[in-house]
Amino acid sequence: MSIKLLQGNQAVVEGAIAAGVKFYGGYPITPSTEIAEQLAARLPQVGGKFMQTEDELAGIGAVIGASMGGKKAMTATSGPGFSLKQELLGLACTAEIPIVVVDVQRVGPATGQPTSPAQGEVMMTRWGTHGDHWVIVVSPVSVPECFWLTIRAVNLAEKYRVPVIILMDEVVGHMREKIELPDDYSTIETVDRKRPDCAPEDYLAYGTKGDDLVPPMADFGSGYRWHVTGLIHDETGFPKGTPDATLQSLNRLHDKIYKNLDDIVTFENYKTDDADYVIVSFGGAARTAYDTVDMARKEGLKVGLFRAITLWPFPEKQVQELASRVQGILVHELNYGQYVLEVERVVAGKCPVWLYGKYDNSSAAPKQLLDELKKHLGR
Amino acid sequence: MRHNFRFAGTGGQGLITAAIILAEAAIEDNKEAVQSQSYGPEARGGSSKADCIISDDKIWFNRVVCPDVLLAMSQEAANKYTADCDENTVVITDSLFVKDLPGKHKERYDLPITHTAVNECGKTLFANIVALGAIVALTHCVSDESIVNAVLGRVPKGTEEANKKALKAGMDLVRNYKK
Repeated sequence: MSIKLLQGNQAVVEGAIAAGVKFYGGYPITPSTEIAEQLAARLPQVGGKFMQTEDELAGIGAVIGASMGGKKAMTATSGPGFSLKQELLGLACTAEIPIVVVDVQRVGPATGQPTSPAQGEVMMTRWGTHGDHWVIVVSPVSVPECFWLTIRAVNLAEKYRVPVIILMDEVVGHMREKIELPDDYSTIETVDRKRPDCAPEDYLAYGTKGDDLVPPMADFGSGYRWHVTGLIHDETGFPKGTPDATLQSLNRLHDKIYKNLDDIVTFENYKTDDADYVIVSFGGAARTAYDTVDMARKEGLKVGLFRAITLWPFPEKQVQELASRVQGILVHELNYGQYVLEVERVVAGKCPVWLYGKYDNSSAAPKQLLDELKKHLGR
Repeated sequence: MRHNFRFAGTGGQGLITAAIILAEAAIEDNKEAVQSQSYGPEARGGSSKADCIISDDKIWFNRVVCPDVLLAMSQEAANKYTADCDENTVVITDSLFVKDLPGKHKERYDLPITHTAVNECGKTLFANIVALGAIVALTHCVSDESIVNAVLGRVPKGTEEANKKALKAGMDLVRNYKK
């Protein structure tokens, strides 16, 4: 182990290298630029390729192509670029191309405020591209977690053949913190997509076996021929628009994720065991919440933090369980109120749900969050 | 023990680098440290602020609310960030740039930081290292050995001796300071 002071964005770069990423395509944008800048230096050292494209849309296009060619591939951007990537994100969903997209959020909409923190893309990561679709979204709270969660994101993308979005914010992307990096990345557990074990002429690009809903994926150029399309397709990969084919296609895209929630959904409970009130938060906003919990406990208030690490799929079971035993949930996020809507849906009136949404381009200080909580408790 | 530092001034003075070096020195001392910054779209000439928190315990909230030490390297920074200070904040100013310090401060050091950088090392760009020397001498937040190592780990090859000199000059500014 070597101990270093790294930026969150730098830790993402090291995580990508450790996970076996061999291609990056994208266009730099604050506050994600360090990811592109440093992968440009790091990828050639491990036999990978870096491509700066003319815009963000071309960046994700190149990433999808590299992944089809058999390489682990990723891109990184911020809100304005993430908007541009939505079209091809949908293609990666339906064609089941494993890719990782990092979105280091800044204040939006449009160009917004490039160097200020916000978490305004929570719903966009879930519903940004059109049509019913399912993705995995993870959100790191610290520099060490940027490293480990990037590895996990690449592994999940490979395992489930799905785009995985690492939703960061300026707080975590730009801050520097202590991290212990393994000296030898080859000891880290990585996942490679399943590849076909049949003869090329027997290969069905989207054929699955039994309970395993993720089809093996052949590398382009390896002798296995398959058709990639954004149109609804059957197991051959060729377009088929019948009601049955449509149902089968969408149901499988859903079920391959939602039948594996125990494998996919991760979270952290901080002092929630005996809590009367729980703060629900994620990413950079959660850094405030840890301190708020400790301040509240010094004042005799039993407060805990539930931190969603996997934002989507939503940790439904876990939040329902909390709601059944606490007297109130306060959602803290750096936006006008997005994740709170999902918390309200899932809690369904079992306990009060309050929001402290902060959208004035700075993160909340721990005391501000505590004061908000106390306001709801009438203290 | 927790130290909250704020380095504020103008883009190009090397204040973000100074905050990073201080955090790296703290980590070498086996402490916890986080560093963050805020700056406008302009890289040089605009206002620039860097925070560094050093602690024996885990640090979660990563921005400084009320600094224990404020380094003000421009009049604008002095005006803006003294508002976040309380009477216990130790304020260090670069006397070349800060003429008027708002508020009352129990401890205040007006140091010729940029003058010293020019006189001792020949260039204004050593001002951030001079300031670091002053901060370490004042707070003992990191060991002398670690701050030297951290500075040498960050600066361009060939400038090691000048940077060591700048660090020592900064420490001497505090040791010889007459209130």
